[in-house]
Amino acid sequence: MSGYNFAYLDEQTKRMIRRAILKALAIPGYQVPFASREMPMPYGWGTGGVQVSAAVLTPEDRFKVIDQGADDTTNAVSIRRFFERTAGIATTTATRDATVIQTRHRIPEEPLREGQILVYQVPIPEPLRFLEPRESETRKMHSLAEYGLMHVKLYEDISRHGHIATTYAYPVKVEERYVMDPSPIPKFDNPKLSDCAAIQLFGAGREQRIYALPPYTTVASLDFDDHPFDPSRADHPCGLCGSVETYLDEVIMDDAGGRMFVCSDTDHCETRQNAGYRGKDAG
Amino acid sequence: MTPLLSVQGMTRSYGNHLGCSDVSFDLYPGEVMGIVGESGSGKSTLLNCLAGHLTPDAGSVIYDTRGHGPRDTVTMSEPERRMLGRTDWAFVHQRASDGLRMGVSAGGNVGERLMAIGNRHYGDIRGHAIDWLDRVEIDAGRIDDRPVTFSGGMQQRLQIARNLVTGPRLVFMDEPTGGLDVSVQARLLDLLRGLVRDMGLSAIIVTHDLAVVRLLADRLMVMKSGRVVEHGLTDRVLDDPQHAYTQLLVSSVLQV
Ligand SMILES: [Zn+2]
Repeated sequence: MSGYNFAYLDEQTKRMIRRAILKALAIPGYQVPFASREMPMPYGWGTGGVQVSAAVLTPEDRFKVIDQGADDTTNAVSIRRFFERTAGIATTTATRDATVIQTRHRIPEEPLREGQILVYQVPIPEPLRFLEPRESETRKMHSLAEYGLMHVKLYEDISRHGHIATTYAYPVKVEERYVMDPSPIPKFDNPKLSDCAAIQLFGAGREQRIYALPPYTTVASLDFDDHPFDPSRADHPCGLCGSVETYLDEVIMDDAGGRMFVCSDTDHCETRQNAGYRGKDAG
Repeated sequence: MTPLLSVQGMTRSYGNHLGCSDVSFDLYPGEVMGIVGESGSGKSTLLNCLAGHLTPDAGSVIYDTRGHGPRDTVTMSEPERRMLGRTDWAFVHQRASDGLRMGVSAGGNVGERLMAIGNRHYGDIRGHAIDWLDRVEIDAGRIDDRPVTFSGGMQQRLQIARNLVTGPRLVFMDEPTGGLDVSVQARLLDLLRGLVRDMGLSAIIVTHDLAVVRLLADRLMVMKSGRVVEHGLTDRVLDDPQHAYTQLLVSSVLQV
């Protein structure tokens, strides 16, 4: 892929995206429109996140990509390779070593630190879309902070299931102002959005929106007084590292229906195992 | 007594076509005003200007707000006007689907305005929804059903419940019984009359159906070609019409 500019995008496009990012950081939770570019990959592969990463990466960065918590899925590997080739940057699977982390569907278990940037791939940035399809109306609702509709969605959940059944893309309110879709992360990760030391950037390619949380932003998950937000977690320790604090994936072990629960964050799980922690299913 | 609503010089045109022209009237607390006329008479344009859905070319709509007394809703800020629209005002559309969220349960429809003004207690919201379903004669057992499963009359009653749950003082109604069977209309009119009385509501009802205003309206305005040609107490206007056009309307010569 020689002949491309650093990180694929031309400098003018990167400047345009950076301006959108700066505006997004200045108005936490507000969706900033940007002119999304064609990228050499399908939209479903996170072109919004890729463009944001391309705009913030520098030659000194160390880049990590996770997909559902894992570094080794096709999606994660392709994006990591894309930037290895187009930017020649170093990559890593270790959360603590990475300076820029692009993610789909998870926030790393290890607390992020100042200086790190977490880039989310966002399919649908508009949290109000579910009940109000008109873009003109959702824009007005955001500008006037008319968010009763978000609670209608949660009300419907409780009336149907007895509890708030939304488990992914659980809506949040940023600094008591903008309601934001945190992308399809599990609600388990929602508390990590708040008061985070890292910069959090959200890129939606097809929908052409960027939004952001600057470090140490207060982010609250929407709920009712009598149905408070619950970042529930499967009631098992990790089978490999024994952690009782992480988000777990259920893995089918064999044809006999054997299954185990393991950390979805593979780097975190391996780091713990290397430090000597063992779960009941560890070999 | 301060009028709840004082309308002055309300004018709105569409290019060369006149919507309504120089309409003025006062509405007092607890009073129901009927506006009748043929389609194209400007009555719907007038209603939408009054309710803030259309911006008038000229005129003012002075509303006696709870917090700050009489205010011109035409010139107040949009957030204030929208807040008024979902708290102290209500708007009942002819087509229930225009006034309901068809993909949301009956309870969610009734609860939306409560949530919009900050109620964050599910049990409390649900209690209000059950109470209001009862008041509009919908079985509380239907609270989790979507309005698409309701009959036309039930949908219209649900729309009314959704609008009245915040205890508004002023209700705008656009042909509230239009499109319903006659027997369903009668039941809805009885219900509306009871609610207006019990809650002391003020209302502005636009309709082409003289039976509706006969039953609900204290006063009547007759519109033709964007202008009010006659107004007065409902019984007086209907029993002793002065304007030639009103006489035609009342004699049912006009198919309105
Ligand atoms: Zn583990």
